[in-house]
Amino acid sequence: MTTAHNDSHRLELIGFALIAAIILFVLPSMLDIFRLNLVGKYLTYAFVAVGLVLCWGQTGILSLGQGVFFGLGGYCMAAFLKLEASSVANTKIQSTPGIPDFMDWNQITELPFFWVPFKSLTFALIAVIAVPSIAAFIIGAAMFKRRVGGVYFAIITQAVAAVLTILIVGRQGYTGGINGMTDLRTLLGWDIRTDNAKYILYFVCCALLLANMFLARFVTMSKLGRILVATRDQEDRVRFSGYDVANFKIFVFCLAAAMAAVGGALFTLQVGFMSPSFVGIVPSIEMVIFCAVGGRHSIVGAVVGTLLVNYGKTVFSESFPELWLFAMGGLFIAVVLAFPRGLAGLVTDQLIPLLPRLKVWRTPQPSPAPAE
Amino acid sequence: MASNTDFLLALENVSVAFDGFKAVNGLNLYIDKGELRVIIGPNGAGKTTVLDLICGRTKVSEGSIKFKDQEITGCKEQEIVRRGIGRKFQTPTIYQDLTAFENLELSVPRGRNVVGALLWKRTDEMIARVHDVARMIFLEDHLDRPAETLSHGQKQWLEIGMLLIQDPELLMLDEPVAGMSVAERVKTAELLKEIIKNRSVIVIEHDMKFVESIAHRVTVLHQGKVLAEGDMQSVQANPKVKEVYLGH
Repeated sequence: MTTAHNDSHRLELIGFALIAAIILFVLPSMLDIFRLNLVGKYLTYAFVAVGLVLCWGQTGILSLGQGVFFGLGGYCMAAFLKLEASSVANTKIQSTPGIPDFMDWNQITELPFFWVPFKSLTFALIAVIAVPSIAAFIIGAAMFKRRVGGVYFAIITQAVAAVLTILIVGRQGYTGGINGMTDLRTLLGWDIRTDNAKYILYFVCCALLLANMFLARFVTMSKLGRILVATRDQEDRVRFSGYDVANFKIFVFCLAAAMAAVGGALFTLQVGFMSPSFVGIVPSIEMVIFCAVGGRHSIVGAVVGTLLVNYGKTVFSESFPELWLFAMGGLFIAVVLAFPRGLAGLVTDQLIPLLPRLKVWRTPQPSPAPAE
Repeated sequence: MASNTDFLLALENVSVAFDGFKAVNGLNLYIDKGELRVIIGPNGAGKTTVLDLICGRTKVSEGSIKFKDQEITGCKEQEIVRRGIGRKFQTPTIYQDLTAFENLELSVPRGRNVVGALLWKRTDEMIARVHDVARMIFLEDHLDRPAETLSHGQKQWLEIGMLLIQDPELLMLDEPVAGMSVAERVKTAELLKEIIKNRSVIVIEHDMKFVESIAHRVTVLHQGKVLAEGDMQSVQANPKVKEVYLGH
């Protein structure tokens, strides 16, 4: 509507285009498959970060438990792959052939009832979205209808992350325990461990991430997006304008959870396993840091932040593994204190205002894709 | 217990207690259709609490509140809003990060559920309505500005506009001229005269000059009870009212 709005929307599209160019063309042409697969893994975290932009940046709901939804999505995918890898032929040395190895090690002799539907890929794919969304709905409805918010909500999500981790580790006969679900091999007979498959999965991940970013953009630009901002500003006024605030919060929390879950499923496919170390408090907080560094109000920022922090983590932890966590904590403090709007905020608040001064040297450019 | 009446709003024997302290104590208050009622009273008399009770922000401990002969005690805030009661808060409560236009747009009483909001499209009719209201509240030239850059008085008007666009049958204003300049007060009094034409309005106000300029009927609250009620002259002449105000 306003010029400022149009500008920021156009800027966002330019950002989308840059990200697409980098992840679809630049990185695949520069990196070997090992490194590219690593980037693919980082990109799965970007799904979570984009969800956090909606949930935290837009609405002001800080969730420190996004790992829960990432993990649930990942585990649903892993359950299907694990069952396919545990055919009778593959597991004939077990005392009960045809069930996942970790069940056999835990003296389980029959596939538990809730595992049975995961023999179907269709069911598993639906579950990837549905299970985390339902979990988010239950948490969200219980909290937001009672008007629990702010730091209390953050603590509760963190507690949920801890509970789920303990549950997974404790019930190892059903979940694979601390080791997680490993030795995943094929998807409907297609070996996901080959280089070729990793390339394909990488591009699938990129395409879904871009779709995810456009979905988030659609939500932020809708009236619902403005209601979310209004809720962050003045929850009471929204309520006294006739909106049921809790429903909007539940919606955005579920959407963020579903986004995280898709990322989790793609993680499982690309990395080849899923374990509780991606579910608990530490990964959940790391995901918030990715989003904060990139800028919690910017979809582009969140994706870039995720890639940069993970790149930093890989480089840093290869040379000084024991210092990484300190660096991560320091980074978070630095972001909060020095540039609370993250890298995206630096670009839009500091860099863009400088551009007009450079105009003298700039040749006129054709305007990029129309904003709306 | 409570009887049906012809009043738009009827509070009967309403009480609310916070930790044993009765902020409102057996209050009876009736508002007619199309009436402008001003509620005055010393600090702590329970004026804002009465508004909180009507709009559902605070739950009634005892008694009955009926709007158009329907009990609204126990309704959620958004349900009460949808029935036609609008509330302006004491400090300007607007969406700082959105533009004035967006503030008004979000207040248009349509697309109020999640799906409706997601698929919401701006229609010419809706845009025209926003401009109409913006003209009324003296903000037509400021629609594109982020609300946080408006002056204090403009923010107060914006919030009034956000209520007007909902077209409530009962509008409740909590100190609408607080913090306004003299010129802004005059304009606000004009605005109020315009607003009350098609609806009932309850105004809480401290500024006696402003009350005189708009008041039809005045209710004086003291210690959670109605102390006096009537037109401005009779209330000002009332010895009990004088005592309460002088006592403070």
